[in-house]
Amino acid sequence: MKDQSDKKRFPSSDGIDVSKRSTIKAAAAVTGGLIAASTTKIPEFLYRSAYAAGSDKPIRVGFQVHRTGIGALYGRWYEQTTTAVTKLINEMGGIAGRPVEIIAEDDGTDPKRGAEVVEKLAAQHKVDFVYGTLFSHVVIGSAPRAGELKIPYFVVSEGYHVASGKLNRYVAQPGITDVRAQVTAMSSWVMDNLGKRVTMIFPDYAFGYDHRDFFSAEVEKRGGSIAELLAIPPTESSYTKYFPRIPADTEVLYHVMVGPGVLTFVKEMGEHFGSNRPEIFGFIDSLEGVDIATPGLEFLEGTYLWEGMPRYADGYPTEHAAAYRKAVGLDENGASVDDPKSVSANSHMFGCWETMFIIKEVVEKSGYKDPKDYPALIETLEGIPGFAEGLEHPQGEKKFVGQLHQSFGQQFISKVSNGKLDVVHRTTIADGMYEPEADYTTQPL
Amino acid sequence: MDLGPFLFLAFLEGTVTAFVLALTALGLSLVFGVMRIVNVAHGEFFMLGAVLAWVCSSLIESSALAGFALALFVAPIVVGAIALATDWGILKRVKYNPESTIVATIGLLYIIQQLVLSFYGPEARPVAAPIYFRVSFPWFGYSGYKLVVAVLSAAVLLASWYGISRTRLGLYMRATQQDMEMAQAFGVPVRRVYATVFVLGAMLAAMAGVLIVPVQQAHYLMGLDPLLLSFIVVIIGGLGSLKGTVVAAFVIGISDGMISVFFSPTLAKILATLLVAAVLVIRPTGLFGEDTA
Repeated sequence: MKDQSDKKRFPSSDGIDVSKRSTIKAAAAVTGGLIAASTTKIPEFLYRSAYAAGSDKPIRVGFQVHRTGIGALYGRWYEQTTTAVTKLINEMGGIAGRPVEIIAEDDGTDPKRGAEVVEKLAAQHKVDFVYGTLFSHVVIGSAPRAGELKIPYFVVSEGYHVASGKLNRYVAQPGITDVRAQVTAMSSWVMDNLGKRVTMIFPDYAFGYDHRDFFSAEVEKRGGSIAELLAIPPTESSYTKYFPRIPADTEVLYHVMVGPGVLTFVKEMGEHFGSNRPEIFGFIDSLEGVDIATPGLEFLEGTYLWEGMPRYADGYPTEHAAAYRKAVGLDENGASVDDPKSVSANSHMFGCWETMFIIKEVVEKSGYKDPKDYPALIETLEGIPGFAEGLEHPQGEKKFVGQLHQSFGQQFISKVSNGKLDVVHRTTIADGMYEPEADYTTQPL
Repeated sequence: MDLGPFLFLAFLEGTVTAFVLALTALGLSLVFGVMRIVNVAHGEFFMLGAVLAWVCSSLIESSALAGFALALFVAPIVVGAIALATDWGILKRVKYNPESTIVATIGLLYIIQQLVLSFYGPEARPVAAPIYFRVSFPWFGYSGYKLVVAVLSAAVLLASWYGISRTRLGLYMRATQQDMEMAQAFGVPVRRVYATVFVLGAMLAAMAGVLIVPVQQAHYLMGLDPLLLSFIVVIIGGLGSLKGTVVAAFVIGISDGMISVFFSPTLAKILATLLVAAVLVIRPTGLFGEDTA
């Protein structure tokens, strides 16, 4: 009986006629092809044959992008900036005469996935460099893998993790300043203009602790004092219960938040204080991608925000900033030219633009041809003293400290007025410099 | 601030949290209790409610109240329709098998989340409150809309209580929960009760999403937290018990409010999880759960 039933089953599955089966196979092939195309853009065998022999074999940059997960908003703008700068570099003749090709891979803003993406980009896609990571936990999760694989990893993250010496010699952050420098540069202006007794509100993890540690150290160094430190868990969705802990003698409320809860945070802060509020200074990180004129943000009127690069065109009206904005597709208000409701992450994404040009510069200066030239490339980068302001560096001049693998640059302070950001102060590079704690150049390559 | 007002604020926050939590958890509890399946995608129905509220409010930009009223009507219907399709297209196909439905609803969770990311985007978008006023206490100010949320949630909970205990459908639901086969033998259309409960659970979650969105913002990842808290509430309160859900929501809400104000929010979450463990050890059916076959 059992045999019979088995026999019955096999012929019936074999009984699919040929045309039907080939249709199914074709459908599977098309689906597979679509999936491959969506992740790698060009199927591998195509460019292999096209560029294999020639000297114009493309420079392949692996782009670790937050397409999904909590960083998706930033990821979209990082991708738009990267696409624009790659197009421009290719129009300018590529890198060392070779075309640039971006291989983007989503990491889900997840550290574990991040390490896998680095691995996949290096081993499977055979990229020359990995680039573009933003969220600090993903950088910290991915950097060790890049170090083990010995592949240069250019992050655009602004975390202090690079300059702290915690990572390795293959990781560098040349295109954007770090939190410690930003905080150090802000402190003197805040103390001189807003007040000396400070309450800090920050997210309860590494990014927030960088703010807490470096800002409170600067406050005390400059004769001010910390009234209270409020750490808020990153998953919090209601903030009302924290505000009573702000001491009444607070002169300045310093806030740095990330994640989608910021509108609630601001609204509830307004409900708590009413018209009787201390001076408020914050970091724009949580308001990246958010229109300042959004209902509920009225309470920010008259408060101050740090900006890495001004969102509004009139905040830094240079010729190069204008060219950058045009290439990326930003309007006067820092929103997409296609959709005025889609507001950019301009305080961070300029870092993608500048980092791509830095990759171009170090490849050309070091004579990089293929992965065996990585040591020369990294040593060349470490020897670069800085980058001049120009089309390649529209945010401004940068000083690069080779031993830290970190750039230093100017910062902006803007005041919220009439639902818009007005730049009121620009710091110098020197304002953000600090004593180095690390030296990557002593590590072996 | 003195201890008294501090305590009062913690109590206010706790009450609002508790009402919204009860509303979110009730749907999960009904589905869990009556159908014996764990709907991991429950939080996504909550998120869809919030996102649809944003869609409605941007359709009627002139009046926040009209947009909100439309959302309260449209969001539960759309989400209910999605739930109906889920029941017919997925849950029925895997024969409501407890293990299979967990895997299936995890898949549904990702599908809904990624579709919202693709079509709505990664932004957290605000929805204006239909009624806005600031209640000014002598020590601090408080959002008037949050109090409105508490009242509306209480009204929906009351209506649910009436539905479960006073109507024929409620009777069917309770009968199915107690003994599915016996209920079927007595002529209860069990399959239809399943579909109805699943749809109602999703509609309750969507309604909670609409109510909460003027306080939070509509974001494609907002469904995860309510899902976790709902599970905690359902386990403590007992499967399918409305009374248990409400009591557990208040225990969690008020203790969360108090502990976060006086100590730290992380400690509040630790204690809530410990409470779940304790309930599971001492009284596995939950505080008000019935030991059903």
